Amino acid sequence: MTMNTVKFEKLPDRLPPVNTVGWVAWIKQNLFGSVSNTIITLLFFYLIFLYIPPFLEWAVFNANISGNDRTICDENRSGACWTFVKVRIEQLLFGLYFAKNPDQMWRPIMAFIIFAGLLTPLAIDRTPYKKWLLLILLVAYPIFFISTVGGGVFGIPKSDASEWGGLLLTFALAFVGIVLALPLGILLALGRRSKMPVVRSFSIIYIEFWRGTPLITILFMASVMLPLFFPSGVEFDKVVRAMIGITLFQSAYTAEAVRGGLQAIDKGQTEASMALGMGYWQQTIFIILPQALRISIPSIVNTFIALFKDTSLVSIIGLLDLLKIAQNSSRSLDWNGYDIEAYMFAGLVFWIFCFGMSIYSQKLERKLDTDRNVE
Amino acid sequence: MSKFPITLHRNPKFRSAIIQAVLVLVVVYSFYSLYQTTIFNLEERGIKTSTSFFDQVAPFKVGFSPFLNFELGETTYIEVFYIGVLNTILVAILGIIAATFLGFFIGILRSSNNWLAQKFALTYVEIFRNMPLLLQIMFWNFAIFLAFLPPPKQSLEFGAFYLNGRGLQTPVPIIENNFLFKVWLSVVILSVVASFIFRSWAKKRRNQTGKSLPVLSISLSFVIIVGISAFYILGQPLTVDMPVLGKFNFKGGGQLPLPLFSLWFALTIYTSAFIAENVRAGIASVSKGQIEAARSIGLTRPQMVKLIIIPQALRVIIPPTISQYLNLTKNSSLAMAVGYEEVVAVWANISLNQTGQALIIIAMTIIFFEICSLFTSFILNIYNRRIQIAER
Repeated sequence: MTMNTVKFEKLPDRLPPVNTVGWVAWIKQNLFGSVSNTIITLLFFYLIFLYIPPFLEWAVFNANISGNDRTICDENRSGACWTFVKVRIEQLLFGLYFAKNPDQMWRPIMAFIIFAGLLTPLAIDRTPYKKWLLLILLVAYPIFFISTVGGGVFGIPKSDASEWGGLLLTFALAFVGIVLALPLGILLALGRRSKMPVVRSFSIIYIEFWRGTPLITILFMASVMLPLFFPSGVEFDKVVRAMIGITLFQSAYTAEAVRGGLQAIDKGQTEASMALGMGYWQQTIFIILPQALRISIPSIVNTFIALFKDTSLVSIIGLLDLLKIAQNSSRSLDWNGYDIEAYMFAGLVFWIFCFGMSIYSQKLERKLDTDRNVE
Repeated sequence: MSKFPITLHRNPKFRSAIIQAVLVLVVVYSFYSLYQTTIFNLEERGIKTSTSFFDQVAPFKVGFSPFLNFELGETTYIEVFYIGVLNTILVAILGIIAATFLGFFIGILRSSNNWLAQKFALTYVEIFRNMPLLLQIMFWNFAIFLAFLPPPKQSLEFGAFYLNGRGLQTPVPIIENNFLFKVWLSVVILSVVASFIFRSWAKKRRNQTGKSLPVLSISLSFVIIVGISAFYILGQPLTVDMPVLGKFNFKGGGQLPLPLFSLWFALTIYTSAFIAENVRAGIASVSKGQIEAARSIGLTRPQMVKLIIIPQALRVIIPPTISQYLNLTKNSSLAMAVGYEEVVAVWANISLNQTGQALIIIAMTIIFFEICSLFTSFILNIYNRRIQIAER
């Protein structure tokens, strides 16, 4: 019986009670935490059970995809008719011209692939030479796009902008909108913060004018008034008119996004560059804008999402964008009555692009936030 | 004179004066020449720009005009404009009310601690705000409502409301006696004013003595009791015209035609997704310390929600939500796609095609929306000033 035989040894940790860790605790906390919580959970389970299986049955299990005409779909009305989308996919994506000339289809396809090839590295953090890539995308790519998709050079058959349609047109309108609106928007944002009262008030009037008017009214104005603004003999294509309207509209929203970035820049930056003897444009181009634009990218992406959705309005002034082609084909004799499938497909395409962009902008916002917290 | 005189072209004041003068000249000149060319071009097409067409009779039919009487062959163009404006305001008000309720509901679900409810709200928001509104309007109108709603005989029944392929049948209030109705209305307004006075008195008393009263339930029941008793004392100056199913169609009541119903439905769902995000952000903006502090001074949960969370969250929620109201009003112009007769459809489209008066018509349409936009910023400014004072 000696005291010095006492051993100091760490006993193994006891396991925590089952209902405080792991999935059991998670379920208890997040689904059945209280009486009201349990009721809500059961209600939602009931709703899921009520609506999800029939929808999946319609959209997936009973759906038709085989065949090339409506006979198969008409026989089996309990499922969605994806055959319709399959048959019309070329029209929906590239418009009537390329659907009629399958041998020319490589042109829009190549344009899309190269666009994706330029955009993907830009979205990745560690890509080197990002500035140059962006410059290529904003300057060289539009020229490439017009010459391949538009044709008329290097022996490629011509297809005017008025013959573009489907997703291709939606994409072209949105891209033109953002590329031309960006420089305009930056100038307007600078103008709105200018010390010269005339410049400032003109910028404010311009921005608030376009922001207060619905895009559809602007598109009407572009399609009705634009030809009136110029001496007779100057003719614009319908698509070009829409592009002008969209650019003017978008530049006001871009200006507001850029202004947010400009406001976030510390005054000390301007003062320091003034102390170094820089003039206004030197300060702006080398010191202020590089920082301000970086901060305003998320808001610019958000205005771009809004623009991408809004391009669908051109269908009202008679352009054949993705939405209009979807609507027209669901009203054609061949596929009359398959509206839901048409709208769902068009909606899904829009949704994928917009959701992707919004995820990207949220990611960027979080990153900028942490960057600033570190500083 | 300073030792190093600045040459004139480097003098900042002189330079900015020159730049501004040139800018004014350029802008004024280009507007002037645009105006001249437009007038000239219009005249070349045989259209003399003037407002004299306002008093001409409109040769087309406007089907839905609940506020002004439309008479084919009598109603003039300017009245068509008023009808369009009123129809826009109608759908905007309906949409704002419905989207606010739905948006707050979804936003609260999004911030609830039930995982399923959170994910449901997240899915709702992400689905509906990432698809073009025009597509949604067309989807609901053409693919769902027109295709699946039953004929009037088999209308879906929601209390006194009936939904069918032609639209939504609603009860309509009818004023039986104009004078007594006005009396009743003023009694109700007075009781509301009285309850506001009561509220400020109760607030003062709470600040002085710490004793609080159930202000909302007291004033609500006061207004309701006064309203109902005055209504019967005055001999029911207002009756409700109920829709009744006749042999083929509904008799009595009013009808929101299907295009209006679809537009309202789509605008509500689309805007509520944005409002729900505002609500979530507002609730998330109340810092945890506030809640912990409220607990530590012994507030009950309802007290905490009412006195600590809601006032602070609303401050973040309200400004972007007011902007959403403006967006909803502007978006109502998409009604053209389904044929609801609001201002852009009947004025900027049909009337423009009929008369060719592009300049005046487009200008009036834009001015209408600019007024809405200015009104919104006015309200926002007032609100922002008010919460700034509260912040001190």
